[in-house]
Amino acid sequence: MAKFTLHVNGNEQTVDVDPATPVLWVLREHLDLPGTKYGCGIGQCGACTVHVEGAAMRSCSLPVSSIGDRPITTIEGLSEHGTHPVQQAWLDHDVPQCGYCQAGQIMSASALLSHTPDPSDADIDAALQGNLCRCGTYLRIRSAVKSAARSANS
Amino acid sequence: MPDEWFDINAYLKIGDNGVVTIMSPNPEFGQNIKTSMPMIVAEELDVDWNNVIVEQAPFDTTKYTRQFAGGSASIRSSYDGLRLAGATARHMLRQAAADAWQLPLAEITTAAGMVHHAASGQSASYGTLASAAAGVSVPEEVELKNVRDFGIIGTSRKNVEAKNIITGKPLFGIDYRRDGMLIAMIAHPPAFGMKLKSFDGAAAEKMPGINKVFSIETFPRGFEKGLFDTVSFTELVAVVGETTWQVMQAKQVLEVEWEPITDVVETMNIFGNIRENRIPGGLESTEEHERRMEQESGSGTRVSRRDGDPEAAFARAAQVIERTYTAPFLAHNCMEPMNFFAHFTDEKLEMAGPLQAPEFTESTLAARFDLPKEKIDIHLTRMGGGFGRRAYGHYLVEAALISQQAQAPIKLIYTREDDMTCGIYRPSYHATYRAALDEAGKLIGLHVKAGGVPESPLFANRFPAGAVDHYLAEEWSVDSNISIGAFRAPRSNFMSGAEQAFLDEVAEAAGKDPIDFRLELLQRARENPVGENNDYDAARYAGVLELVREKSDWDNTPAGASRGVSAYFCHNTYVAQVLDLTVTDGKPTVDRVSCAVDCGIVINPDAATNMAEGAIVDGVGNALYGQLTFRDGVPDQQNFDDYRMIRIGEAPRSIDVHFVRNEESPTGMGEPPFPPVFGAVANALYRATGERHYRQPFLGERELLG
Repeated sequence: MAKFTLHVNGNEQTVDVDPATPVLWVLREHLDLPGTKYGCGIGQCGACTVHVEGAAMRSCSLPVSSIGDRPITTIEGLSEHGTHPVQQAWLDHDVPQCGYCQAGQIMSASALLSHTPDPSDADIDAALQGNLCRCGTYLRIRSAVKSAARSANS
Repeated sequence: MPDEWFDINAYLKIGDNGVVTIMSPNPEFGQNIKTSMPMIVAEELDVDWNNVIVEQAPFDTTKYTRQFAGGSASIRSSYDGLRLAGATARHMLRQAAADAWQLPLAEITTAAGMVHHAASGQSASYGTLASAAAGVSVPEEVELKNVRDFGIIGTSRKNVEAKNIITGKPLFGIDYRRDGMLIAMIAHPPAFGMKLKSFDGAAAEKMPGINKVFSIETFPRGFEKGLFDTVSFTELVAVVGETTWQVMQAKQVLEVEWEPITDVVETMNIFGNIRENRIPGGLESTEEHERRMEQESGSGTRVSRRDGDPEAAFARAAQVIERTYTAPFLAHNCMEPMNFFAHFTDEKLEMAGPLQAPEFTESTLAARFDLPKEKIDIHLTRMGGGFGRRAYGHYLVEAALISQQAQAPIKLIYTREDDMTCGIYRPSYHATYRAALDEAGKLIGLHVKAGGVPESPLFANRFPAGAVDHYLAEEWSVDSNISIGAFRAPRSNFMSGAEQAFLDEVAEAAGKDPIDFRLELLQRARENPVGENNDYDAARYAGVLELVREKSDWDNTPAGASRGVSAYFCHNTYVAQVLDLTVTDGKPTVDRVSCAVDCGIVINPDAATNMAEGAIVDGVGNALYGQLTFRDGVPDQQNFDDYRMIRIGEAPRSIDVHFVRNEESPTGMGEPPFPPVFGAVANALYRATGERHYRQPFLGERELLG
């Protein structure tokens, strides 16, 4: 066990855990941030996607000891009231079915828009290829990402 | 929020400020009934949808019927009851106003949460009448709205849970927490055909945060299993500890010995009918399954339907076409792995989590623990997918056993590997179709022989039965110790693809357009059906084909694209699809899918469209890539690195969904748009490559030619 001070959603929090513990489980079980989901544990499904220094990362495969003082943003911290353009676009397009993967999809999409404000279909497919949606909402995800880009740029 | 709520009936309560809470009775796993079921109540209540709050109803068989997610039947079986719940409340509100104003009930009308009396100009809100309405005696008969007056049903309403989903609220079973709760995981045999021999949990118990390691027996020998008590591995090792990561680590150092099973006979109690089910020993492999299916297909079949004289028709045929289709096992792979919370105390068994069939599981728990049902409380959370998998409640029994033995509230969580390798799969199937054509290319005989490991997928009375004079349907099955269960449109998800690909080939041999060919058969079935027991309405079947022909502009295939058509009827809904694809560098891109649906009245069109889109994506993925294979009882695919699921880049570029407009009572959307996709993909691939595809998955990891 070891102590780690993490910068999550603008707050500083200290946890005392095994250094190998993936950030996913620290968020879910130590910091009461269950919006980030467990799907596969090997970085293949994207349900656990968070931002580390603004970049989309798979938190299930990221040991807590590797984070240092780099800021982490989770779905709970993406916006205060769910008003991020990507979240709004998800509502406008009524994207979710079961909803389990959507936090990860939104985190990947928002990271994409932060460096590619006007993504093509190919950009969207490439950025979200690592996020599985078993319900098959991919077409709505594509449309929502484009809407979010338009609203963020307008 | 109101100061006071007034319960009108089990489905709704009205606040003194006019806000209405409507209970959504059925489990939600993405089919969006948490929005669409309350819409039906709100319609008959005649309330403004913006004033409605939706809550998940408690699981309570005294108040609600069929709290079950499956069979695409939630809306179909509850439609009348939900209308009645809303209409009854509306009647009681009108009666309360009639009493207060001393006016005849017949003169009292409603609109958007208000009660009116036109002649006197009096009006009152539902909120002000709620207290009095709650005291009105429940009427025996109430009038329902004319479907043409619907103002909520048939209009698109947003998912009531969407905001909670996109902000990461803890909606799912895996998010459930309780003070003092421990985490539990299980270890199960690495192969089907194996069982627990012995274990040593000493090393695991010494790991940090670990509380206990012990074995559990889900169902003891002789336990009478119900319809949804399927489970492959009944003896498991449980690891209980403080956090998920600690328990995962401890699982790694468990020392467990497994041994082969011998033949097992289990007792099934299917609604009072006791029967025995033999499960063979042995370590099975996909190669062996395929060999045995070939063998069984050639012998040991049983006849399920015979019309006319099929043997004579084949003997005099000018042309006979015979083709065989196969499909592998599939894992459900719900994004949220199996999990459940359990707290077993002397007073009661309290459970919470994702479950499709609480009523069945409650009975199982009552029998397994010898508890009266009043002492079992199951709280239904949102499910991160189901697809049939979560109808099988063994994981609740496991969680309850672990809580009982650990003497603590626990949450059982499966790792992805546990989830993918513990069974309850879509079976592996095999079907051989034969068609007899006369000199003029007319289909005079059809013979289907279908089976699988370990069940037959045949529906003997579905189309094209009823449309062919000489028809023979036979089936067979091969025993297996690999457990199977319902998977989105069970059996239909294979038979549709085989049948629709075969009809495409027969149409080609007959020199006919594939849609015309199907429509001619349907016309025959409508005007002069063969036999009496045909499980479809030929006019509605033809209706979706005609609609998809129009909407896809069937006669004008886009330049460079290849298109395939398919149509199927299952779970009371008719669906036809036209799929366009192009092949570049050996890889197919699905450019567009047009989908026509007849599900009667559409409750929530955009949500129904979402279901069809999702089913089409799911179908394209499973047709091209989906497979679970075995070697010596061990699944070859154990996580998403080797189980290929469709990803965004492989999803169709566009999907357009069209509904037949009619006033038929609504039917379901969860399953019916899924089965036709397989045939549409196969038929489009043929036109793109010149090669027919008989074996799913059509691609797997290989590339296409052409």
